[in-house]
Amino acid sequence: MSRHPEIDTTQLRARYPDVFSRPASARLATPAMIAAALAILVFGLVDLDFSLSRLLAGVSQLGWITMMMIPPDPGSSLPLYLKALGETLSIALLGTTLAALFALPVSLLAARNIVPSGLFRFPVRRFLDSIRGVDTLIWALVWINVVGLGPFAGVLAIAVSDFGAFGKLFSEAIETADQKEVEGIRASGGSALHEIRFGLMPQVLPVIAGQVLYYIESNTRSATIIGIVGAGGIGLQLAEQIRVLEWQKVSFLILMILIAVAAIDFISGKLRFAIIGRRAVA
Amino acid sequence: MTIAVSILPEQQLAALNAAYRKAVARKRLRLLLGAVLFIAALLVAAIGAEVNLRTFFAHFGNFVSYFDRIFTLDNGQRVWTDIGEWFWGWHKWLKLLGETLLISYVGTLIGAIFAVALNFFAAENTAPARWLLFVVRRLLEFARTVPSIVFALIFVIAFGLGPMAGVLAIAIHSTGALGKQFSEIVENADMRPVEGVRSTGASWLSCMRFAVLPQVIAGYVSYALLRFEINVREASVMGFVGAGGIGMELIVAIRKFYYSDVSAILLTIIVTVFLIDIGTGWLRSRLFGKEART
Repeated sequence: MSRHPEIDTTQLRARYPDVFSRPASARLATPAMIAAALAILVFGLVDLDFSLSRLLAGVSQLGWITMMMIPPDPGSSLPLYLKALGETLSIALLGTTLAALFALPVSLLAARNIVPSGLFRFPVRRFLDSIRGVDTLIWALVWINVVGLGPFAGVLAIAVSDFGAFGKLFSEAIETADQKEVEGIRASGGSALHEIRFGLMPQVLPVIAGQVLYYIESNTRSATIIGIVGAGGIGLQLAEQIRVLEWQKVSFLILMILIAVAAIDFISGKLRFAIIGRRAVA
Repeated sequence: MTIAVSILPEQQLAALNAAYRKAVARKRLRLLLGAVLFIAALLVAAIGAEVNLRTFFAHFGNFVSYFDRIFTLDNGQRVWTDIGEWFWGWHKWLKLLGETLLISYVGTLIGAIFAVALNFFAAENTAPARWLLFVVRRLLEFARTVPSIVFALIFVIAFGLGPMAGVLAIAIHSTGALGKQFSEIVENADMRPVEGVRSTGASWLSCMRFAVLPQVIAGYVSYALLRFEINVREASVMGFVGAGGIGMELIVAIRKFYYSDVSAILLTIIVTVFLIDIGTGWLRSRLFGKEART
């Protein structure tokens, strides 16, 4: 049996000082960061009026509310709720489609391989960023001032806020497209528009279709809440029933939203699979 | 020098051409069918959403002039001619903005802590039991699907008006979203270290601590930072339902037509969101190198 040679730690220590004693700054960095994060957390909890008694009172209140929610029961307003749910789905579908239609030409302007000049691209990008910086609910409030209360304001709100998101996503998809196909079109004498139509679009459209489908799905969620400020859909009913403390109806509405979102998830997953294949579904 | 290109005999070519045309025609037909279905769905949706193009075009001027109005001071001048008058409430707004940031920070951190506690149970490869996997996954799905503002509406009734309801709503939503993302990272982790640790007789908890956590912690922090960015936006509207932050001031300004206030508050929110985006992007690239920024 062979024995391992005796390890001389002092020699190793001398040879690799970095391994045995890391500098104090490196050793302290992680604990210091954690301590700072926790310190801000504690400061936040104090500053935002957290207290154990309030928390306990609230939780017991919440327990009561949950008890009152069971069993979910729409009462006599089921047809009304179904109509509101239909409205929500309509808002999501229309809003996303409108946003995609308007975002496609603008995203070309924001893509590096179409508009090489940063001077022109930069303002377009900042414009899209500032649209995205404003929440959908705020856009809904603005549109209510313009077209009045109702689902149409919701459609426009979703269209505007997604316009910002799509502009960014599409332009990223265009930037990652393969340039060789575009060069091929140019080599055979195509114009700039031909390059976009026959070189870029066939590559980019499936990606874009996948993103649009994903957004229809996520907008079903957004569309459920814009009703809270009066822009139509099931959120209006939900906010109203919460305000009048009709908990059984509230739980029924939440259940309806969950089922609708799951159904849309399922359908759009299938469609995405059909359009772009297995890889992009995940 | 000429190169001869061999061309197939006429008969063979005709058959191939016909097959090609048929394939193209079939593809076109499918596309057309899809387009017709989609447009039909859009029309139904348009009726459902009470789309009225006449009101839209009649009032579209309102939309443009709204931006004109929010950039006009009470005395009829443009807002940027008198910054002091425009941002007359900056002291109050900055305080509320700070509250908004704190709400999203505390909410994200609490959410992340719960997500770390739950995510090993929601990952296929580390869950100790099938039923636990199922239960935790459904729980996270619920927390993620119900919009945070709905939680806020309910919490405002249970916990009273104020930022506490907003923090808890954001915390629950973040738990759902981060729990799913975290568990996906864990599912992609290398399982060999886990086997190594288990072979020394370690418990499940030690396996997670010493074999899985070192692999995934960087991903956790990256996703938590992204979620913080999203939550800042969410927290800016929590005030709409009375759950604290700058949203309260904003909805009052919009509803009561304090036009120049609307633009001032919106501008502060947009600038803050920008700064947070840039700040977290910088932090991510500092912590995890360039490639983690996207």
